[in-house]
Amino acid sequence: MSAFAHVVHAEWTKFRTVRGWVAGMVAAALLLVVFALLAGVSSDQKGAPPVPIGPDGGPVTDSFYFVHRPLTGDGAITASVPALKSSIPADPEHLRPGTVPWAKAGLIVKESTRPGARYAAIMVTGGHGVRMQDGYVHDTAGPAGVSARLLRLERSGDAITGYASADGAHWTKVGTVHLRGLGPTAQGGLFVASPPSVQGMGTSGSVSTAAFGNLRVQGHWAPGDWTGGQVGAESPGFAGYPANTSGAFTESGGRFTVTGAGDMAPAVRETLPTGGTLGEILTGTFAALIAVIVVAALSVTTEYRSGLVRVTLAAGPGRSRVLAAKAIVLGAVAFVAGLVGAAVAVPLGLHLAEANGVYVFPVTAATEVRVVLGVAALLATVSVLALSAGAVFRHSAGAVTTVVVAVVLPYILMAIPFMPASVSTWLARVTPGAAFAVLQTLVPYHQVASIYTPYEGYYPLAPWAGFAVLAGYAMGALAVAAVLLHRRDA
Amino acid sequence: MRPALHAEWTKARTVAGPLWLLLGTIAATVALSAGAVSVARCPCGDMAEVSLIGVDLGQALVVILAVLVIAGEYGTGMIRTTLTAMPHRSTVLAAKAAVLTGIVAAAGTVAVLGSLLAGRLILPGHVQPLTDGPTLRTALAAILYLTLIALLGLGVATAVRDSATSIGTVLGLLYVFPVLSQTIGDQHWQRLLQRITPMPDHLGVTAAWAGAALLSGALLLHLRDA
Repeated sequence: MSAFAHVVHAEWTKFRTVRGWVAGMVAAALLLVVFALLAGVSSDQKGAPPVPIGPDGGPVTDSFYFVHRPLTGDGAITASVPALKSSIPADPEHLRPGTVPWAKAGLIVKESTRPGARYAAIMVTGGHGVRMQDGYVHDTAGPAGVSARLLRLERSGDAITGYASADGAHWTKVGTVHLRGLGPTAQGGLFVASPPSVQGMGTSGSVSTAAFGNLRVQGHWAPGDWTGGQVGAESPGFAGYPANTSGAFTESGGRFTVTGAGDMAPAVRETLPTGGTLGEILTGTFAALIAVIVVAALSVTTEYRSGLVRVTLAAGPGRSRVLAAKAIVLGAVAFVAGLVGAAVAVPLGLHLAEANGVYVFPVTAATEVRVVLGVAALLATVSVLALSAGAVFRHSAGAVTTVVVAVVLPYILMAIPFMPASVSTWLARVTPGAAFAVLQTLVPYHQVASIYTPYEGYYPLAPWAGFAVLAGYAMGALAVAAVLLHRRDA
Repeated sequence: MRPALHAEWTKARTVAGPLWLLLGTIAATVALSAGAVSVARCPCGDMAEVSLIGVDLGQALVVILAVLVIAGEYGTGMIRTTLTAMPHRSTVLAAKAAVLTGIVAAAGTVAVLGSLLAGRLILPGHVQPLTDGPTLRTALAAILYLTLIALLGLGVATAVRDSATSIGTVLGLLYVFPVLSQTIGDQHWQRLLQRITPMPDHLGVTAAWAGAALLSGALLLHLRDA
């Protein structure tokens, strides 16, 4: 065995023969599982209305006011949208005119009026011009620089093509989408949606009214009157209409006025507050971190207290090597504890939550692996940080408190409701708390105006970038510990 | 009791650690509070609670101080000298608790008043003066809270006898509970968790935690060899 392997072996022997340290690491793994159990059994959503699921399997918001007629086979619809006005609550009783950037009014062809059904739509928006959207997550910008107010949607088989025009003479194609599995009869017509408007640290429901003119339909539209109704009135993502308003449409001489609320969009934390996430199932990470910090700090400070450090350094005079060996042993054990704990906690928590009727934001297998590995890496890196702090302070009280405060306090501060988004995102970028990004499974969408803060489960840094911030702190602390270990007498 | 109190007070006074930790508590509390007030987006209504957010950080230093009062003695073996000199173990613990209560209450008062003053200077008009009933109540609650946290730390450390494990346990209790109650979706469980979380606005709960910790500490101190 090489000299370094001997040092590692010695550190491993020390670690595994101290019962309290092994117990601490086992406790870290158990805490992950216990908190997952707690998160799983403590939630009860049985009997809640089902969450609409989009064509790609993700949760969606699908609530809007729909003025429709059946379209059997090919056909087209054209209309102008001369006006789209939105109102937001000024106080619980009254509304005031406001800007809702993603308020939508336009033309849509939808498989059926079932929430979550496939659709393609072309629309004018409150602040983002003409857009063509489909499948809840896809968003295509219309012609830029022209205030296009004329819209056209054509169906040919399962292909839906959207056009926009400023004058009715020159049309620009915005996009073509294929609605796979679209049956012969679809519902087509006019729609208005008005997503909640972001007001400071929260959102409030909005309502929008659009005027439609020059409505023309061609092709195989069912004869008869237009039917108006709210799609997805009971959906969990629909906040309802502001006080004293409701969805409605009126028609006079080919002009339609449609009032609607809701949105057609992927669900985000704010619109699906009842949804669970993997991060919530792994809340035990915080408790496990504290256990790991205590063990890692003790593994160094105990040697100083008992004087064993002098024997250790006499036996292995390469002081950096001793520190590196400790870091390897502690890091590896913490990694395994985190890996085992999270690998048990995630399926267990998911199973319990789903058994209680909780909808959990779905993740791919790759994301699930990333989250589990992320927890393991988080514990391993924090153990190196705590070990370095132990070597710097040579006193467990200071080391434990410093590392707990450095890692956990940023998260607590991020989660304070009045903390402005700029401060909480700053905390999530520069403090060791950035590493909690490895727990993020939620995806922000540019076409959904919402609150994307760490508190809501959206971190400013990508998972591994956030982790790299913590790793940077750990490496820096290890370097400082190595220098001090060399300079000071043991 | 008087000699025991005198002995504990001498220990607290003549070691550098406690003084620095108390000064650190004051500095950390005021600094974080002032920072929070200056970045808080909305000067909405009463900002007294915001200007006391530093207690979240200050309590960590109070915990170190409280834990070291007894775990430090276990670490160095001094506890055997202490118990030889004063064989009444409950008296020793009571004296430690009394001295700790005194110094933490004093430092806590300075920290809380400093935080409120900082809040008043940074956002004039939004933090009410102490003559205002609710502000006075909030301030008193924060001071009492810090004192109770110190007693909780002392109780846990008496039972656990190791400083790192005690600090880990107490900080776990103080920091993990709020995180957990935020992530738990169910209203019923959330309320239950919030009700048993030690917090400045749950002084009864905090006192119960501190009392239980001190009681079990006292019991174990009697039953075990030092």
